[in-house]
Amino acid sequence: MSVGAPRGLASSGQKPIAEILHPLSATEEPLSVSGGGDKEAGLTNGTPVENSSPASASSLFNRLQLDDDLEADIQDPYALTETRDLFVTVDDPKKHVSTMETYITYRVSTKTTRIEFDLPEYCVRRRYQDFDWLRIKLEDSQPTHLIPPLPEKFVMKGVVDRFSEEFVETRMKALDKFLKRVADHPVLSFNPHLNAFLSAKDLNKRQGLALLTKVGESVKHVAGGYKLRARPAEFCAMGEYLDTFSQKLGTIDRIAQRILKEQSEYLTELREYGTVYSSWAGSEEELQHPLEGVAGCVTTCCSALEEQCENMSQDFLPVLREYLLYIESMKNVLRKRDQSQAEYEGRLEAAVLRKQEDKTPIPVEVEKCQDKVECFNADLKADWERWQSNKRQDFKQLLTGMADKNINHYEKSQAAWESLITLLQEKQTEDKTSDTN
Amino acid sequence: MAEEDTKEDFLVPDGETEQPSADGGAALNIPMVEEGSTLIRRMEICVAEAEKRSGKNAVNMQETFSVYLIETRPMDAVAEGRNLAPDSLWRRYSEFELLRNYLIVTYPYIVVPPLPEKRAEFVWHKLSADNMDPDFVERRRVGLENFLLRVASHPVLSNDKIFYHFLTEEHDWKEVVYETGFQAKADSRLRALSATFRVRNPDKRFMEMKHYSDELQSHTSQLLRARARVADRLYGVYKVHGNYGRVFSEWSAIEKEMGDGLQSAGHHMDAYAASIDDILEEEEHYADQIKEYLFYAEALRAVCRKHELTQFELEMASQDLISKKQQREELATGIVRTFSFKGMTNKLFGQEAPEQRESRLKLLEEMIAEGEETVKEKTVECEEHVERAWVDMQRFREQKDKDLREALINYAVMQISMCKKGIQVWSNAKECFLKM
Repeated sequence: MSVGAPRGLASSGQKPIAEILHPLSATEEPLSVSGGGDKEAGLTNGTPVENSSPASASSLFNRLQLDDDLEADIQDPYALTETRDLFVTVDDPKKHVSTMETYITYRVSTKTTRIEFDLPEYCVRRRYQDFDWLRIKLEDSQPTHLIPPLPEKFVMKGVVDRFSEEFVETRMKALDKFLKRVADHPVLSFNPHLNAFLSAKDLNKRQGLALLTKVGESVKHVAGGYKLRARPAEFCAMGEYLDTFSQKLGTIDRIAQRILKEQSEYLTELREYGTVYSSWAGSEEELQHPLEGVAGCVTTCCSALEEQCENMSQDFLPVLREYLLYIESMKNVLRKRDQSQAEYEGRLEAAVLRKQEDKTPIPVEVEKCQDKVECFNADLKADWERWQSNKRQDFKQLLTGMADKNINHYEKSQAAWESLITLLQEKQTEDKTSDTN
Repeated sequence: MAEEDTKEDFLVPDGETEQPSADGGAALNIPMVEEGSTLIRRMEICVAEAEKRSGKNAVNMQETFSVYLIETRPMDAVAEGRNLAPDSLWRRYSEFELLRNYLIVTYPYIVVPPLPEKRAEFVWHKLSADNMDPDFVERRRVGLENFLLRVASHPVLSNDKIFYHFLTEEHDWKEVVYETGFQAKADSRLRALSATFRVRNPDKRFMEMKHYSDELQSHTSQLLRARARVADRLYGVYKVHGNYGRVFSEWSAIEKEMGDGLQSAGHHMDAYAASIDDILEEEEHYADQIKEYLFYAEALRAVCRKHELTQFELEMASQDLISKKQQREELATGIVRTFSFKGMTNKLFGQEAPEQRESRLKLLEEMIAEGEETVKEKTVECEEHVERAWVDMQRFREQKDKDLREALINYAVMQISMCKKGIQVWSNAKECFLKM
């Protein structure tokens, strides 16, 4: 077993999929060239569940073994950092104003030791639609993989100011997250489109890499209305999981927004409350300082809360949104997997029927389909594991972050009130001593 | 339950109940007492419990009301450790009102401690505004006890016989109160109001104090309103967090490794949402303390108004005296200095007979003597009021500064405890999140 090999290599992402669809199918390439003998066809002749060729079966087995072995590592993706050799960051947004349009570009910096790159470092400027292009290309060329989501493309005009600092900042963070997720992916990071995106001086989106054919198409045009015979239980479970998860995330998102709204209303009232104290202080003598002190405390609490609110809207909510979009990407991949299984099953059924009629062997393309399904399943499972462990880390971080921010807010407020008490009590004892004197 | 009627009578005193306040000086008969002998040093007082009762009111309608149990015990018994059963009696809120009204009229120069609100005001929406609400009744019990303690520790009020009677003898108390005829001494609001506008030389210190009472009232009421709104919003913020509790626990059902952490974090969020109830309930005490001073502002203003009224009456009396004296001079010298109806009649009908003049002069002399007496009385009354009221206003100011400072410290303590609770809950939640 090739335990030491990077597990992602199995689907050899750096090669155009049109050339070599999958290592599993590649092992059978000679067969298809030879036209597919009866002998080979006979080997795969059996029930659909058991009919995988020994080669693909063992290689699949290897892959699964590998996944199991690596699972301990996958638990913590940061344990893999030592093997990381591609580092990307998105930062420094700039506004460009031309006669035609106004847009924002972001600096995309790359550091790498990979031989696929000519230079160890790159620095290019990209705009949102370039990211969009990359994502489409990745989706087209790597249909079996889960492509991380981009932040929402469309914003409601008038509701959101696309050029506001806040919006640009949030979007920049999301783009950074997207690119990092792609760069950390064992397969996607070898995609030539990514290479071009990171390194090309001018990204020629029309030509250049247009040689790649869309594999997805072959999936799209088949199996309309075909019902899957049996979707494997694990994928059913994934689908169900995603449905529930997206529902829960949606609820959390709504709760978080509601909290934000309540907090900002609370903040408004609290500010008002503070001013009442300070205006009262104006008409008191002895109590002037205590009242001003309270007003000061309330102001401190306001700014602590404001900080927390800002953090919620800028760090907490975007992560929820990203995962909501992630779920959509995941569902999309699951759908494609179903389609590819449907295609296989459809073809197999047709071939079996034909075989019964005129004894023609199962055509090679059916086997290819089968391989594709298996490859799909394997990739999906690997991506799923990755995604699950990422998700776990991300939510752990997100929720502890939320707790931290809340604690921080309370600590600041507490410190303010405590200092007020010492101030008031000092004054009180002072008064007492001056009374006795 | 006849007091409902009489109380109403008192609250809206009409002109008839008023008398030319020749006996306004009656209040002056009450001796100033040294602080050392306040009732609170001799007697332990508490309002032990409240009870709901129902009965027929003056117009024979069934009504429900709360009665409060007042318990008293002589201090020396407490000090000696003798565990005497306290003397106890029941009083209605309206009886407390009657007591306070009696005190206000009898001691117009004292900033009489206010009663707790009759109806819940400045409450945030979750709090019931129902008069029979147990929480409201309980808060009122605390407020009434506070009122009794304040009166009992007041250097002057605590030695009032009616007050003592109120605390110690259940029966015939109202009759005794009415026998004092205190209602007759009550000033009409209309009179006080007109005095406000027409008084010429009020004491500047009282003008300032009156201005201060207005400010105190407006600031405390603004504060209470703002606080109620803040409480409303804070309640919302906490309660919405409670939704996390539910969704975390639902979410935990589909997670393997994260499940346990999420589930227990959910419980902490539930606890967080629930914690606000106690926090705001505690804060209600702070609001009550501020409310007391809102009502104190009214009492303070009443003392200032009383000053205006006495001052005004003094000015009227002296004005009257001056004009009488002028008339006398005119009559004596025959020179009409100012245009008057009498001057006109004199001119039209000729001089009156000397004997007529004599008798008129005599009458005037009598009136002048009477007027001088009134002016003297009024001057004394006014001066006494100024002197005593000033003393009590200083006492009030000190008490207010001390009380409010303490209230603010307590408020800060409450806020700290809220922060600590928040930190506790979020730290617990954080631990759960870290386990995910």
